[in-house]
Amino acid sequence: MSVDLAASGLASIVPALPRGVRLRFDESRQQWFLLGPERVFEPDDTAAEILRLIDGTRSVEAIAQDLAGKFEADPAEIAADVMAFLRDLAGQRMIDL
Amino acid sequence: MSRAETLNRPASTHPLPPPPMGLLAELTHRCALRCPYCSNPLELDRRDRELPTAVWKRLLDEAAALGILHVYFSGGEPMLRPDIAELVAHARDVGLYTNMITSGVGFQPAALDAVAEAGLDHIQLSIQAMDAETCDRVGGYAGAWQRKHMVAADIARLGLRLTVNAVIHRENAHQTKDFVQLAEDWGAARIEIAHVQYYGWGIVNRARLMPTRQQVERAMADVEEARARTAGRLVIDCVLPDYYARYPKACMGGWGARLMNISPAGVALPCHAAQTIPGLAFDTVQERSLSDIWYHGAAFNAFRGTDWMQEPCRSCARKDLDFGGCRCQAMALAGDASATDPACSLSPLHKQIVALAEAEAASHRSDFIYRGFQGAPKPQAERQMVPLQADRP
Ligand code: SF4
Ligand code: SF4
Repeated sequence: MSVDLAASGLASIVPALPRGVRLRFDESRQQWFLLGPERVFEPDDTAAEILRLIDGTRSVEAIAQDLAGKFEADPAEIAADVMAFLRDLAGQRMIDL
Repeated sequence: MSRAETLNRPASTHPLPPPPMGLLAELTHRCALRCPYCSNPLELDRRDRELPTAVWKRLLDEAAALGILHVYFSGGEPMLRPDIAELVAHARDVGLYTNMITSGVGFQPAALDAVAEAGLDHIQLSIQAMDAETCDRVGGYAGAWQRKHMVAADIARLGLRLTVNAVIHRENAHQTKDFVQLAEDWGAARIEIAHVQYYGWGIVNRARLMPTRQQVERAMADVEEARARTAGRLVIDCVLPDYYARYPKACMGGWGARLMNISPAGVALPCHAAQTIPGLAFDTVQERSLSDIWYHGAAFNAFRGTDWMQEPCRSCARKDLDFGGCRCQAMALAGDASATDPACSLSPLHKQIVALAEAEAASHRSDFIYRGFQGAPKPQAERQMVPLQADRP
């Protein structure tokens, strides 16, 4: 993979859950939910992993490194996926980038 | 099967549905405004019938345990309840996502600070029109427009997540684009462009509110244009006016499928107009738990699934998409709650409904019958529809 993660600028992008958006685990369904105004987003396992790493201080790069370690995958590739996922949520105002 | 048997058949004929997603907590029917399209019933619950704080807290506990994710504090005007901040805090404590649907009128600014401090997640502020004159006349309250602008500033100061609720009808449909701009100016992340739904007070005032087809088409085009312009900044959700639509909306996401509505006096309803359907037996939260009502209540089971349907719904490919439309609208317009919603173009009554809408839209009436505890004359127009049942296949 030719993408240089360090040079990608993703170290400076720090995603955060805005006020009015909450991630929670629902015991009755045994499932994570991202809740917002009139929105119930049901993340799959990978998406839930990403969302749980968002704390308003970790950068996209740090999140990708973390996940790459966990899934033994290429961090640059993961970073691209994470970024696409977050952009989509940001477009729905469910996350701040 | 008689009508009553069909409506109240036991839950055992259905597999258990999934848990509900949302609880509509109608804390009070009191409201400073008197909107002529209010979705509340014509006979409003008076203050002395409202559930006390302790019962609402128990309901919030039960809701969370049942798997409900969102609670919507609404009414009437939920901010008129002196215990509103306490209830918001309690809902947060048990893990619920808290929404408040407010008119912005009739309470002190400090009350808003209190609910923000209590952890309110999301507030929806209504606006009746862009201009003060129409806004105050539709809401039936002098000074409402100005007050709403002040509340919007308070919401921004408090950093609360805001949705602007614009209810659309003949008198303000041309302001659709401006409502979107207002939402942006107020710092909202979302706007609801919600065309009036004709139940409750809306059906009483239908001739005064029904837009023309041209107005609706224009308003829809304005929404599309605004969506393109504000993509990524503003979420625009649109509730379509269904008399002119081809297919009806999936009311409440399906009967007894996603939402529970609790009236101020504690009646559990599958939708806010459900009490207009004769023969349905409703449970109260004083007598049964939310879970028991959701899974086993007769009213919640009455129109679950598709077994109750008649033709053309019964053999229609869309029946799992829109569930045959709205049961209350079928009741109001066809005189039969299990009929196809006449808003559907496949309903044998549809042409007459459209003709009625067009005639009413051209009537130029603006003598609103305001919502209030005095009640309203029962709507007359629908009775003309009922004899037409004889023509149905
Ligand atoms: S629709 Fe109007 S009258 Fe009805 S509760 Fe809302 S603000 Fe009050
Ligand atoms: S016939 Fe019934 S199921 Fe089919 S589109 Fe119309 S309302 Fe929906």
